[in-house]
Amino acid sequence: MNHIAKPNDYTAYPDASGRFGDYGGRYVPETLMPLVHELDAAYRAAQADPAFHAELNGFLKNYVGRPSPLYYAERLSQHIGGAKIYFKREELNHTGAHKINNCMGQILLAMRMGKTRIIAETGAGQHGVATATVCARFGLPCIVYMGAIDVERQKPNVFRMNLLGAKVEAVTSGSSTLKDAMNEALRDWVTNVADTYYLIGSAAGPHPYPEMVRDFQSVMGRESREQILEVEGRLPDAVVACVGGGSNAIGMFHPFLNDDSVRLIGVEASGDGMGTPRHAAAINGGRPGVLHGNKTYLIQDDQGQITEAHSISAGLDYPGIGPEHAWLHDVGRAEYLTCTDKEALAAFQLCAELEGIIPALETSHAIARLPDIAKMVGKDGLIVLNMSGRGDKDVATVAQALGLQV
Amino acid sequence: MTKARIDARFNALKAEGRAAFVTYVMAGDPDYATALEILQGLPAAGADVIEVGFPFSDPMAEGPPIQRAAQRALSKGMTLNRTLELIADFRKTDQDTPVILMGYANPLVTPGYVAFARDAAQAGVDGLIVVDIPPEEADPLADALDAEGLSLIRLATPTTDDARLSIVIQRTSGFVYYVSVAGVTGVKEADADLVAPHVRRVRAASGLPVAVGFGIKTPERAAAIARVADGVVVGSALVDEVAAALAVNESVTARVLSKVESLAHAVRTARTSEPEARTLHGNG
Repeated sequence: MNHIAKPNDYTAYPDASGRFGDYGGRYVPETLMPLVHELDAAYRAAQADPAFHAELNGFLKNYVGRPSPLYYAERLSQHIGGAKIYFKREELNHTGAHKINNCMGQILLAMRMGKTRIIAETGAGQHGVATATVCARFGLPCIVYMGAIDVERQKPNVFRMNLLGAKVEAVTSGSSTLKDAMNEALRDWVTNVADTYYLIGSAAGPHPYPEMVRDFQSVMGRESREQILEVEGRLPDAVVACVGGGSNAIGMFHPFLNDDSVRLIGVEASGDGMGTPRHAAAINGGRPGVLHGNKTYLIQDDQGQITEAHSISAGLDYPGIGPEHAWLHDVGRAEYLTCTDKEALAAFQLCAELEGIIPALETSHAIARLPDIAKMVGKDGLIVLNMSGRGDKDVATVAQALGLQV
Repeated sequence: MTKARIDARFNALKAEGRAAFVTYVMAGDPDYATALEILQGLPAAGADVIEVGFPFSDPMAEGPPIQRAAQRALSKGMTLNRTLELIADFRKTDQDTPVILMGYANPLVTPGYVAFARDAAQAGVDGLIVVDIPPEEADPLADALDAEGLSLIRLATPTTDDARLSIVIQRTSGFVYYVSVAGVTGVKEADADLVAPHVRRVRAASGLPVAVGFGIKTPERAAAIARVADGVVVGSALVDEVAAALAVNESVTARVLSKVESLAHAVRTARTSEPEARTLHGNG
């Protein structure tokens, strides 16, 4: 049932109906279909408008702090003893993660569309904080849906969102985590169709969201490509990123899709391990299905009920994955590895000790696979890892996992 | 053959000069045996068409009552296969009442549309509503249903303009479900005056009966909608009765069927009674 034909141009997707091979699409209630079409038309118009790009680039430069550096992680490279490892420093962005790249693009689009109320979903709170930030900057009311369990385990981010003027709605339906927050945001959108813009943070949801989020996040991959060519005079052998919904990974991968020599490696969260039911690895431990507006790999039981994902990292704790990743996996253009909670914790500490950078727990999953990837690319290999977020938000979680008190 | 059951029922009611009363219940809520007892009692209590929800873990268009109903059913091990068994059990005693399954795409993806359509037709299902499969994504499902003579019933909504309506009604049969409010099930209240012109518009475009649902909870409102539409759908108010009966340890079946009777009476007598007179009864 999965299409496995290799395309000539990987960047030519999605097609007009929002498909990446068999994945993607627009699986939303009829009430939302006119809105999804309206968004698609508005996005095409903005993409074709140089003034939109000029405005976006201005804010990315002066408000977000782009371009972010490409940094040679010398001590970590030496410690691993193989390839040269570079970090794309997205954790240095305003709000401390890559999420703001997409939020800035979408808020400008929302204002072009005349929308006056912004809603979003968040897991760890990073996308919620980034959305609250751009809403504060442009003076728009913001409601962030967050699973009640996540509200409890990410209190500092809830406080941050409140400081930024956003209202955080704790979601108690279903399993009270990110997937339920997304359900609740969709319920809000279907109820408030006239004035509300749904600012999705992941490269998932109904078309055109996966394409649009990817495009706004592709600034990371474009910069990385230029920067590595400048310092090393050649393309990297591997580009590595963690994958939950997959926005940081797809933004890094996309500008390299047609560079056949560059291996694209995503790392999914395997929680307690792939042999257990407690993981969040949709590709490695799920199968295709339909959720939240798109067809993609999902963690589900044999009856098609979505099961709860688990990861120590709230940002990866989602039972699905963006549809473009599902397709890149099936056609063999990208590889998807896994990393357990334990391995991520060790990588978190190692990176802090060797590089003076406290990475987000999400990012730590990608860091943990670097020794294996260094072996794949060999001694003279070049690796670019997306340092997608900073780990200050995670210190309490890490301390608890290590049995320490903050 | 099964499309015929829906058409026959709406034609008969049209001849009677009244709207259909369409009841929604969740398969397996609160358990298989009780759900079957409720289904078996629905026709005598006044249900003309029965919608049966098949539970899904992530029902994005449902309000709290149906979300909770799905959770209750899932916690008792309800599945799509068991839902079809439930319909087959119901068909042992009722060959005339149309049964429409309603739910979300993902449980159907697992068996595949073709296998599902075959099993559903065998169980005695007549039609299907899938909330998150809009016309743009519906062709593979519509092909599978067509092969078994099952109706794909579409939703038209307050956001459906005339251009969109022509897309919505493609490949639909049986009836069209008009969603009376922009929102989730069981929260906002439907306004018959606002709904009426949309019902006429959808009926004219599709040539099919139009049933109205979302936000109809009381006999008064059901009667008001019955005066302007070909069918009145009540769901959240019925599954709320399941929850209420469980909370006070009453008979779930008796409580649900009693609610159905009062709503059915309102629908059946709507066009022969004065709306002003009915409001004197207050909120039943």
